[in-house]
Amino acid sequence: MTKRFKTGYRIGVIILAIITAMLLGAIILWAIGADVFKTYLVILTEPLKNKIGITEVLLRTVPLTIIALGITVAYRSGIINIGAEGQMAIGILATTAIALAFPNLPRGVLIPFAILAGAVGGAAWGFIPGALKAKLEVSELLSTVMLNYIAAQLYTFFLRGPMLDPAELTMGSGTPQSMRLSRNLDLTRFIRGTRIHSGLFIAIALAVIIFFLLWKTSYGFKMRAAGASERAARYGGIHVPKYLIIAMMISGAFAGIAGSIEIAGVHRRAIEGVTSGYGFSGIVVALFGGLHPAGIVPAAFFFGLLIYGADMTQRLVGVPANMVQVLQGVIILVIVATKMIIANPYLMQRAEARWNALFAGKSSSKEVEA
Amino acid sequence: MEQMTKAIDSLRIEHITKRFPGVLACDDVSLEMKRGEILALVGENGAGKTTLMNILMGLYYPDEGKLFINDKEVHFKSPNDAFAYGIGMVHQQYMLVPNMTVLENIALGYKQAWKGLRLDLQSVRKRVKEVAKQYGLVVDPDSYIWQLSVGEQQRVELVKTLCLGAKFLILDEPTSALTPQETDDLIALLRNMSEELSIVFISHKLQEVKDLSSKVAILRHGKVVFQGNTIDHSSSDIAALMTGHEVVLPHNDAPACTLGPMLQLRNLKVRSDRGHLALDDLSLYVCKGEIVGLAGVSGNGQRELAEAINGLRKVESGQILFDGEDIANHTPAHVISSGMGYIPEERNTEGIVPAFSMKENFILKDSESPLFSSHAFLKKKEIDQTAERLRKEFDIRSPNTDVAAGSLSGGNIQKVILAREISRNPKFLIAVYPTRGLDMGAAEFIHKQLLHLRNEGVGILLISEELEEITNLSDQVAVIFKGKIQKVIPSSEASRRRLGILMAGVKDDEEI
Amino acid sequence: MNFVINILSLGIPFSVALLIASLGEMFNQRAGIFNLGCEGMMAMGAFLGMLVPYSIGQGADVPGIYNYLGLLLASGVGALLGLFFGLVVVTFRAPQGIAGIGMQMFGVGTAGTLFRHFVGGTQSIPGINTAPIPGLSNIPILGPLFFNHNPLVYVAFLLVPLSWYVLFKTPWGLRVRAVGTQPRAADSIGIQVNRVRFQALALGGALAGLAGAYLSLCQAKMFSDEIIAGRGFIAVALVYFGHWHPVKIMGGALLFTLAQALQLAIQGLGIDFPYEFLVMLPYLLVIIVLAFSKKSLLMGPTALGKPFNREMRT
Repeated sequence: MTKRFKTGYRIGVIILAIITAMLLGAIILWAIGADVFKTYLVILTEPLKNKIGITEVLLRTVPLTIIALGITVAYRSGIINIGAEGQMAIGILATTAIALAFPNLPRGVLIPFAILAGAVGGAAWGFIPGALKAKLEVSELLSTVMLNYIAAQLYTFFLRGPMLDPAELTMGSGTPQSMRLSRNLDLTRFIRGTRIHSGLFIAIALAVIIFFLLWKTSYGFKMRAAGASERAARYGGIHVPKYLIIAMMISGAFAGIAGSIEIAGVHRRAIEGVTSGYGFSGIVVALFGGLHPAGIVPAAFFFGLLIYGADMTQRLVGVPANMVQVLQGVIILVIVATKMIIANPYLMQRAEARWNALFAGKSSSKEVEA
Repeated sequence: MEQMTKAIDSLRIEHITKRFPGVLACDDVSLEMKRGEILALVGENGAGKTTLMNILMGLYYPDEGKLFINDKEVHFKSPNDAFAYGIGMVHQQYMLVPNMTVLENIALGYKQAWKGLRLDLQSVRKRVKEVAKQYGLVVDPDSYIWQLSVGEQQRVELVKTLCLGAKFLILDEPTSALTPQETDDLIALLRNMSEELSIVFISHKLQEVKDLSSKVAILRHGKVVFQGNTIDHSSSDIAALMTGHEVVLPHNDAPACTLGPMLQLRNLKVRSDRGHLALDDLSLYVCKGEIVGLAGVSGNGQRELAEAINGLRKVESGQILFDGEDIANHTPAHVISSGMGYIPEERNTEGIVPAFSMKENFILKDSESPLFSSHAFLKKKEIDQTAERLRKEFDIRSPNTDVAAGSLSGGNIQKVILAREISRNPKFLIAVYPTRGLDMGAAEFIHKQLLHLRNEGVGILLISEELEEITNLSDQVAVIFKGKIQKVIPSSEASRRRLGILMAGVKDDEEI
Repeated sequence: MNFVINILSLGIPFSVALLIASLGEMFNQRAGIFNLGCEGMMAMGAFLGMLVPYSIGQGADVPGIYNYLGLLLASGVGALLGLFFGLVVVTFRAPQGIAGIGMQMFGVGTAGTLFRHFVGGTQSIPGINTAPIPGLSNIPILGPLFFNHNPLVYVAFLLVPLSWYVLFKTPWGLRVRAVGTQPRAADSIGIQVNRVRFQALALGGALAGLAGAYLSLCQAKMFSDEIIAGRGFIAVALVYFGHWHPVKIMGGALLFTLAQALQLAIQGLGIDFPYEFLVMLPYLLVIIVLAFSKKSLLMGPTALGKPFNREMRT
């Protein structure tokens, strides 16, 4: 099989995948009578038309990147983390608690401390499914989902109770949210007139760190071995359960950090709906980015674009914002199917035979014996 | 499938060719069989025997060629079509559903029992009784498959194929999991059955081929290199035709065990996955610079033994003394760092990480060693250099060391594992079925390496099903049966007959 | 005592959605496929179930036939979604866990999008009402407990022995079990492994859709984004917990709804316990149960989660 055909085949399959995804989305759009072309156009281009749009996309890129990085660490270690939503929520609670308890600490201390708290909170929430899988063989797919729901309830409890903004109580409006947190927590908004904050640099730094961790350290090597072949790793002396737990804690920590940064950079108080789907979107970003930091950053940008664009479609073309979830689901399905198609050498061989028969007119090449 | 399938008087394969990605499995194969014949299909692993039979069973489609039954051309789109003509196959890995009963397994294919919304197991029971009477094959229809021994499961497979109306029986390595005595029983049974059925059996065991078949066909690299009457040729003729050259496997002639014990197993009790005692008060020792071959039918505790020694399985009681230290129930990492080398049974899933590159597999056990990392950061240059050196030293066929290990051929994968283990300078090596599925050339290479290690003072526990391999390489031969060591005898006294008796569990084994 | 009976008779209908979805998922898993997209199929079912009566009546009462048409539509589309999932995990052999999440997002997102467009807001519908069985419903204690429910409740509990029969006593059930445990054996004997898996997925999808429609037509009598509330995932967990056996699965479903009913009971008794912790209860229970249930696949589908590839040479 020629190398040229291999590359061409891969590209061809990917293009086919993108078209399929857009077609599947188009079916739903057609069902609600929307203008398919205009909708896609709005989603993909509208946000990029001005400074605010671009920074809003970057704003969403930050948590998406960080969460996807965490999910990548877990996935590559052999454990699928669907619990980022819950881990993020717990991280936010931890950060808020620190900010409420120590509002007068200087910025240089409060910010790292609060983010660290978020990391610890998320790590704890990630530890639970990790330990359950390592010690009791509980499927992480199920335990993380359950923990999401539990975390959501905890979150609401704290926001309606102990962390409720005293102002809400007196005004009687009862919006579940904390008070505006200490200004010492604020991450700098470095472009005037926009909301983009220095968390962006933290996200990029984390991407670099993960790259080194996974591919340049012995720890990352062991984690990847455990994820690639758990049995062979065990036989190779790698203590798989330990690394499973570590991976889930890192994954949870990253989700927690993402939550902290969202609070410190964007909302400046704990409110409802902060996590809103980032946990699941993070999974799509990780997959779309090929489970590698170099791919995750641009993938996060793309999905930030999708999410923000979808917000606009409600206003501009009357397409409900739920559409973004449809697109994400479709993209996941298409990606996993495509990966399998590309990895199937038998299919590639048949495709080449048919291609040669159709276009080159030569008989199928004699196979080289193994 | 009908019970009354027409008898198959002749079956002809003409110019069958089958390709897989990167492999030409069958190359213009033509064979003919007549009723009442027993054909032995012989060849090394990878010669194309199983593929050819799978085509005959309708599991694979040939890229070129035709099949003729009773001089009529046939096309098989699925096993159902093959069944309709009365072709049945007993695979090397039994095709039985473990958590269903014998009756249910047979009912899966016995379409007469499928009465719409009702599964008629009574009719299956009746049919099983018929077959039992006709061929003398008795099975318990209500037992679950997982409760049966390997020999009993094979009998179920035979009964199943016969219940489904087979008139042409294909057997793939039928004796691979049987003791020599069970083998003799099977051969007698098959000879009996050949009066009504035609039989093809795949084997690489030349003694069986001589004992059972009337005709023999030899495949090499997917081509038929020879066809003829068995009676006209000797085992060594057939062996030479199989491999294409005279092969003499390396022989162990040096004296042993002068340096003291390296590995001592004392009264080991270890449980299997199913819960029963796989090792039942097992004791054995291996000296430095000695090869002890462990002979036994697969399933008598070999796997659990290797796992227990390497820290991969819990030892309920007993000791494993490795160079004086009891390593029982320590972590695999500890055992590895004590100097234990291990070539596991399943090279693809236990020996290498298939998705990792060759060089990553070389350092699988040593990623934290100061050789390859400093302050947790991997030393790329050292890793690359070591990998390249090992690749050359062990003659591993691949363009470079970055290729995924899983894409290598079986022999090369085994070489990667061997290279890794040997380069770590182990004090002891456990090799489990090290040449299974490999061609003669690769086997020869591995045997030479093992003998070399032995001469360097490394102790080796060789676990194998190939009696010839064991007797050629070992200083001492230990026979394992139902989790105990039956006896340990010097290799010079280990004849096939004597080993066979021991492997079947009989203690009284002295030569007459 | 009356109070307990009241709680239980309220609780039993609560278990229906979970029970139906779990039985569907049981067929999926017995055939070797675990479908995390169950939640998405239920969401679509919930939406489609109420769409039909709503489109006709705009929230007012409609002839019963439209409700049942809604159920039919929900099941039908559920089956189609099951087949679509099969395309991804059986034909393309994609990893089932992640694909399931994709299916879940697709189902939930589509249901939400279509709902906002065609219905919107918090429209409620009359739905399907209780249909007491004449005579039986008047028996003291047992009457209100078992025989005073809407028809789907009876259907759901009848599904339990029906599923048992289909799985263990029919040729199709035999094939499903073989395909999920030892697909090579089934393949070698002429059974089309992938086709059986598609059939199981269609059945599982249909039941998931039906379960969702039950939630919107019979229980909540409306649709919202949060209507499924994780029941699809709990159904998948239940099948593990119930060892792939219909009767044990029914036990599990009842156990979980007990936790929910407990929430109502505690509130009803006026005990001041934080609402959120009560809502957490069922999810916590799932984790605890998963932690302590036996993980042995010995009598279950040992090929669960593994795609089948005949061309794979061992």
